Amino acid sequence: MTELLAVRNLAAGYGGPPVVTGVTFEVGEGERIGVLGPNGGGKSTLFRALLGELRVARGSVRVPPRLGLVPQTERSRLDYPVTALDVALMGTLSRVPWWRPLGRRDRSFGLDALGRVGLRDLAKEQFGELSGGQRQRVLVARALVQDAPVLLLDEPFSGVDQPSADLLERLLDELGDEGRGVLIATHDLEQARRWDRVLCLNRRQIAFGPPAETLTRSVLEQTYGAEIVPLPAGEGGVAAVLPPHHHDHA
Amino acid sequence: MQRALLELLLVGVLGAVLGCWIVLYRLAYSAESLAHALFPGLVVAAIVGAPLLLGAAGGVLVAAASVALATRLPGIGRDVAVAVAVTTLFGLGALVALAPASPPGLDGLLFGDVLGVSRGDLVAAGALASVSLVALAALHRPLLAAGFDRGSAASLGVKPLFVDLALLALVAAAVVVGVQGLGNLLVLASLIGPAACARLVGRRLPQMMLGAVAVAVACALAGLYLSYYASVAAGAAVAGTTVAAYVALLAASPLLRPRPSSASTD
Repeated sequence: MTELLAVRNLAAGYGGPPVVTGVTFEVGEGERIGVLGPNGGGKSTLFRALLGELRVARGSVRVPPRLGLVPQTERSRLDYPVTALDVALMGTLSRVPWWRPLGRRDRSFGLDALGRVGLRDLAKEQFGELSGGQRQRVLVARALVQDAPVLLLDEPFSGVDQPSADLLERLLDELGDEGRGVLIATHDLEQARRWDRVLCLNRRQIAFGPPAETLTRSVLEQTYGAEIVPLPAGEGGVAAVLPPHHHDHA
Repeated sequence: MQRALLELLLVGVLGAVLGCWIVLYRLAYSAESLAHALFPGLVVAAIVGAPLLLGAAGGVLVAAASVALATRLPGIGRDVAVAVAVTTLFGLGALVALAPASPPGLDGLLFGDVLGVSRGDLVAAGALASVSLVALAALHRPLLAAGFDRGSAASLGVKPLFVDLALLALVAAAVVVGVQGLGNLLVLASLIGPAACARLVGRRLPQMMLGAVAVAVACALAGLYLSYYASVAAGAAVAGTTVAAYVALLAASPLLRPRPSSASTD
């Protein structure tokens, strides 16, 4: 399996003491990796370090020339006068020089990306008038337009309705099948169990590996603290454990 | 009169398009501060016979340094520091421009004299406005992306600082284009007014820009006629008609703005 992204002993922060330390993992072709951790555990800091927005205090980061980012939809301005297609086409900035006007081919690429997230019919709708789930899908379409080998998704399922969540799950599978690497920051342990590997962070790397071997009670306690909520053991014999955040919103 | 109209159209079109970005980026107060803070640069350039654009550039640099220094003063907040620096610089510029020893005509930089625009002024303003509009067209995609979600702009290859600096430079250029006709005090009306009007009714950026240009052109014509027939200052008449247009559109906006569609059902 070709390695698309590699991080070795990374420590990164915002100028002061590192927010997250000792992070070592890699993303292979077609891999979907869940990034688990509490709020403030370093998930967003890790993403910003991978994007080159933060100084790497220690260690090394090797990333492909393009990284696609799907931020949380709350960060986008809802009063901005743009359509879903306008937002999707922002992804062309990674490929088409910033000063060049977009052509028909670029627009068709944007429409295809919206089609993949089930929103082609809403291409001309105002972004701010879409539902939360639809807005999240538009941001995924923008990342698809970037055509990056590795995508970073920052809690893409947070506040998303069930149809959008199902569609996003299918899309993540498709992206893996296409050979893209996907890093998904999430609070949902059950979902993370279905992905290829998980990276557990709590201001430092707690564990990294296949979910079945990695998501043990000990690792989850170190990741989320002692306040995890035990549930009955699943069919695979591994106890399902929900962090308080997830439990609160369940 | 024809030259006055052409000058107002140049200022109006550039101000309308650039103003849309200023309004969307919520930079109206910053743009006003910048326009006033660079005033000493314009005055010095006019006195020594240097191009106004050069004076504006120097004025921006001095203003930036002054704001940076003022923010280091203990016991005052950032907004107070900006206000102190801007009013100090503007006061200095006005003091020099209106001093008896200064060459005549410098007060025109404050209040403008659109009827006194020469052919040379018009050519210079036209060239600068054209370059600025081309720059705005080239910057359209980075501006759109950085304004939509500043935090994600870098992941798309857009540097928000570069976008901010480009906007700052374009505001300075627009002030130079408009200062001859509307003066440093009223040029902001052409930058903010038409765009604020268009924001009330435009749902998409191209619509908003076209609407702002239409308002700017209509207000330039109406203001010029008002100035001619009512014998009032042209700059003030244009600014006044823009404010009247805003109030009228604000009252009518519930009727003019289309209702949101029912897209938000999954």
